[in-house]
Amino acid sequence: MKMTPIHCGYLPLVDCAPLIIAQELRFAAEEGLDLQLMKQPSWSALRDRLAFGQIDFAHMLSPMPIAMSLGLGGVATRVDALMVLSVNGTVIGISADLERQMQQTGWTNSFDAPQATSRALFEASSRPLRIGVPFPFSMHRMLLETWLSQAPGYAQERIEIVTVPPPQMADAMREGALDMFCVGEPWGTVAVQHSGASLILPGSSIWACAPEKVLGVRHDWAAENSQTCQAMIRALSKATHWLDQPQNTPLATSILARSQHLDLPDHAIDPALTHQITTKLGQPPRQTDRFLRFYQSAANFPWLSQASWIADVLSDWHALENDQARKIARACFRSDLYRAALAPIGVDLPKTSEKVEGALKAPTLTSSTMGQMILGPDEFFNGAVFDFSASDMPKN
Amino acid sequence: MQNDLNILVVEADQTKAHEILEALKDGGWQNATVIASASALERILQQHDPDIILIDLANPDRDTLEHLCFVSNARKRPVAMFVDQTDEAMTQTAISAGLSAYVVNGLQKDRIKPVLETAIARFNVITKMQSELEAAKQALADRKTIDRAKGLLISARNISEDEAYSLLRKTAMDQGRKVIDVATALVTASELLQ
Repeated sequence: MKMTPIHCGYLPLVDCAPLIIAQELRFAAEEGLDLQLMKQPSWSALRDRLAFGQIDFAHMLSPMPIAMSLGLGGVATRVDALMVLSVNGTVIGISADLERQMQQTGWTNSFDAPQATSRALFEASSRPLRIGVPFPFSMHRMLLETWLSQAPGYAQERIEIVTVPPPQMADAMREGALDMFCVGEPWGTVAVQHSGASLILPGSSIWACAPEKVLGVRHDWAAENSQTCQAMIRALSKATHWLDQPQNTPLATSILARSQHLDLPDHAIDPALTHQITTKLGQPPRQTDRFLRFYQSAANFPWLSQASWIADVLSDWHALENDQARKIARACFRSDLYRAALAPIGVDLPKTSEKVEGALKAPTLTSSTMGQMILGPDEFFNGAVFDFSASDMPKN
Repeated sequence: MQNDLNILVVEADQTKAHEILEALKDGGWQNATVIASASALERILQQHDPDIILIDLANPDRDTLEHLCFVSNARKRPVAMFVDQTDEAMTQTAISAGLSAYVVNGLQKDRIKPVLETAIARFNVITKMQSELEAAKQALADRKTIDRAKGLLISARNISEDEAYSLLRKTAMDQGRKVIDVATALVTASELLQ
């Protein structure tokens, strides 16, 4: 079989696992793809190289394709998200100083109480909280703002969100340049081990099913290379399915640890895949449900309602015309290509491409193309529900 | 006309930073400043208020710079834009050279272009110099290893230096390997046996 060479950019985080597994276990080769993985020094560099065609595909933060298509930051380019590569898997941590101050307010860290924690944060700190995120257009920043802005005592000037490259996050915490951070693994674990930080919440306690990384591709390129895009979706669907089987976790950890693409030791990869998170040095790890997830509950499906949610946050930040932003965002999330790639090989898919975000408090049986499938939970920490179909939106 | 432009270069490598500054000065831009890392970026951006910011495409601090330009201080200072609204072909050339640039709103295209052209040219020269330097370092390291391997052969087999080298070369040819690979294997093996 003649192999199609494709270049995919990524950042060395645990959640790039589907790409490494697709390459190492030959899911990509089985689809006729010669998958070349290209490590990138920053999200900006990854974005520019995708925009200028130096890479074909990219492991991206879920808001990035939408921000690019809306012309926010960098080179305005229409970029599509072919699928979600992972949901959740981020952690929020605080410095030892801030933790002491919070404890004086009577707060204890249960790692699953967003509302009590945000209240304690604003009670404890008299000066603005300086919070590090990996990139301005990231789910990390969206979750932080969604959560903190609902807290008693919140005011815009009480938080200052700055971008710090994840490998520098632990140092910034140790040097006192940050009070707090939200980051993906392994960098939360590294901050606990090297800078005395404590993890106070998993991102999933704010939104139980937040799309974290997506597979990005230029819109024009996708139109010209539809078969290659579908082959890539199939390869990554198989890789994510393999990754989400608990019996494969030890092998997955070994494969990722010896991969030159990731360059991380076993103990840095393990917490994200086993969902055993050590929140403070010297304490036993906590089993964290709904942590990094690759496949279960239609995790890969690029829901149009997720795109709408992201569009609403971006519209709010940048004072965009909301309906127009939603329309552009929904066109980015290619549930059409996703269906076209996977329906013929018998993958069970949701009946609709849109759901009411936040409606499912527990795993729920819903109708699917092949009968019934389990979706959810996808609830928000404050019970918020987003029904985008209720508003006067054009369907696509 | 040109030299009133305020240019900020973010570059940790001092030699490289110096090269870029020199190139800009030669081009008539006197008003250029270098900072080494993003930790001081926020303060410098406010004090210095640059018209153009030049930064290596591969610099991990770029994400921090993006945030400062597009998000944080939008109310305090003019919003900077990534250079694509000027000239797509030019941006493509810049990215190939490994350079990214941010331009503060309102600066005309014809004033940006010569700065970028100068920086791109210098970036290309630096990249070439760096790969030459790397190649020279590697050649030197290889020669040291080959000398050590020759020394081992000379003392173990009591042969001349020329004979030792011929033996290394013949072995490499017979095995379809490079002389340096055979020499490295010999040096490693002898270290293990000591």
